[in-house]
Amino acid sequence: MSASSENINELIGEKYKDGFVTELETDSFPPGLDEQIVRALSAKKNDPEFMTEWRLDGYKQWLTMDNPDWAQLSIEPIDYQAISYYSAPKSLEDGPKSLDEVDPQLLETYKKLGIPLGEQERLAGVAVDAVFDSVSVATTFKDKLSEVGVIFCPISEALRDHPELVKKYLGTVVPQGDNFFAALNSAVFTDGSFVYIPKGVRCPMELSTYFRINASNTGQFERTLIIADEGSYVSYLEGCTAPMRDENQLHAAVVELVAMEGAEIKYSTVQNWYPGDENGVGGIYNFVTKRGECRGANSKISWTQVETGSAITWKYPSCVLLGDNSVGEFYSVAVTNNYQQADTGSKMIHIGKNSKSTIIAKGISAGKSQSSYRGLVKVAKSAENARNYTQCDSLLMGDKCGAHTFPYVEVKQPSAQIEHEASTSKISEDQLFFCLQRGLSADDAVSMIVNGFCKEVFKELPMEFAVEAQALLGISLEGSVG
Amino acid sequence: MLKVENLHASVDDKEIIKGISLYIKPGEVHAIMGPNGSGKSTLSNVLAGRDGYETPEGEVLFNAKDLLEMAPEVRAQEGLFLAFQYPVEIPGVSNIYLLKAALNAARQARGLDALDAMDFLTYVKSKTKMLKMDEKFLYRSVNEGFSGGEKKRNEILQMAVLEPKLCILDEVDSGLDIDALKIVSEGINSLRSPERSFVLITHYQRLLDYIKPDFIHVLADGKIVKSGGPELALELEKEGYGWIEEAAKA
Repeated sequence: MSASSENINELIGEKYKDGFVTELETDSFPPGLDEQIVRALSAKKNDPEFMTEWRLDGYKQWLTMDNPDWAQLSIEPIDYQAISYYSAPKSLEDGPKSLDEVDPQLLETYKKLGIPLGEQERLAGVAVDAVFDSVSVATTFKDKLSEVGVIFCPISEALRDHPELVKKYLGTVVPQGDNFFAALNSAVFTDGSFVYIPKGVRCPMELSTYFRINASNTGQFERTLIIADEGSYVSYLEGCTAPMRDENQLHAAVVELVAMEGAEIKYSTVQNWYPGDENGVGGIYNFVTKRGECRGANSKISWTQVETGSAITWKYPSCVLLGDNSVGEFYSVAVTNNYQQADTGSKMIHIGKNSKSTIIAKGISAGKSQSSYRGLVKVAKSAENARNYTQCDSLLMGDKCGAHTFPYVEVKQPSAQIEHEASTSKISEDQLFFCLQRGLSADDAVSMIVNGFCKEVFKELPMEFAVEAQALLGISLEGSVG
Repeated sequence: MLKVENLHASVDDKEIIKGISLYIKPGEVHAIMGPNGSGKSTLSNVLAGRDGYETPEGEVLFNAKDLLEMAPEVRAQEGLFLAFQYPVEIPGVSNIYLLKAALNAARQARGLDALDAMDFLTYVKSKTKMLKMDEKFLYRSVNEGFSGGEKKRNEILQMAVLEPKLCILDEVDSGLDIDALKIVSEGINSLRSPERSFVLITHYQRLLDYIKPDFIHVLADGKIVKSGGPELALELEKEGYGWIEEAAKA
């Protein structure tokens, strides 16, 4: 091994900056999962009756299912009976009515994470729903949004205030029995965000949810449901962090998007769950089912994700393109370092005529990590003139990591056009030396080269997020090349 | 400016440079010529601080500072510039971004404030104008899809922006047709000044038709076997390197 590759490894020493723990009195369930726990949880959330039944249905289906083992991931068996399925800060027991009633320690936590929730200092032009362990802490700008008829609230609140809307759409994109983790989530989901954009409304600000796992031995199971009614538009951002702990923690989320005729949903994620330490101890297991349905003609759903955290990532944001001329997009940057493993990609299901989809996936692997792209492009007989373009690029740093690509294509319509491009490259010693010779530090050089590699994806992110994503990439790979 | 004293350098325990001494004053242009494998590129890599080279013997002083002790980026910030024989591509990173990052890294190392976007733009445009380059160049990804000539011109642009004290040009003429060679040479000549020194590393004499050196050194088997004025180039052109290699072996 040359001196440079040693430096590459030396420099891969990421510091996780969001790894602190907030000391709070919490109200938690004992570990374990059975019908009683599901009922108790449902009672805790004051679910309407249909919801309790819905959860139990999910739980029963879950019992008949097995942990999926087809992904390119090596995971220690998860003991689902060792996890507590509900944890909430005690101060939120009765539910804060306004931000003034929120525990100052919680506000402080979000402030440390760079998510100010206080009236004076909150992000201009971005409405935030902050979810702490199992409950929503605060949602900002609610009033301003309701003026134009936009509903943006914790899903538990939506179940209380708009049960008919939730009932109409929940589980219509990702049914309870869709997969093992979706079934588990259906049974025990505790909070998440609910968004409804009425007909013809262009949501006046970015909506964002900030997820934080704090308590130990708990899982986070959130459920997000976004409905964009005819001709509406919304851009939604999601961010995630967790403390540094030695044990693995489970995060199994479900996100459902529904775009009606002519509607557009842009969903962006910056996922920075705790990835574990440099020896692979601890870290979040991130099993997420994200799917959007372009239900109406001319509708569009666009997923953009920057995945830098989690010990394990298992995630395939997908689009079901039902409507004619509907458009699905997936832009992804997945960074793995140390012992992280990521199996991520997208599914594009073409059903409507002239439906179009684009997949741009960039994988960056450093340390001893493994990164896989897994994608499915399916064109049904009905989808005349469907088009897909897929591009998967992998960038390797050092010589102990791996990148894999598993593209699946199923086409039943002869007029469909499917393109697939893939590349694998390394940050070469030549590139690095060139940058050093121009006076840049090794860290700045890596950050610049990697950001260049990810450019096509970053340009899809909203401005505020793009800056954060670039910085995060720099931190994740700090010291990864020399 | 640069003082190389009895420099030895090896790669994987194989000695490539076997005792070179070289003295360069401000404003001087030195050409280092020699056949393939004589150690020309090794010399430029060692001076620029590339990884993988050992320097068991010898000393290099750059403006009275120990050059071999400095990290490669520090050498660059101190004003040493290497124009590469094969400039690399950096997809997705625009030229202007690289130039700004490089210039500001050097400015900050010298205790100056970083230039803001507007000031930088004005500055960099004055450089493209001086080198008669299209401004569109600035917004293309670094060397991506560039022709051989464009890549070399891009190196000269970087040199112009960074205003180094010592420029080492490694086979800047390789892969260029005569027109491209003229353009690149013009660029280099426009950057000559009484404070700035150049080291031209080349295999062929033809580069020296366009850039007149003050001194020529002939390198063979890791040693300077002959030094002289510009007339030495013509001698080499006529006689080839054969007699020199013979002399080195003897």
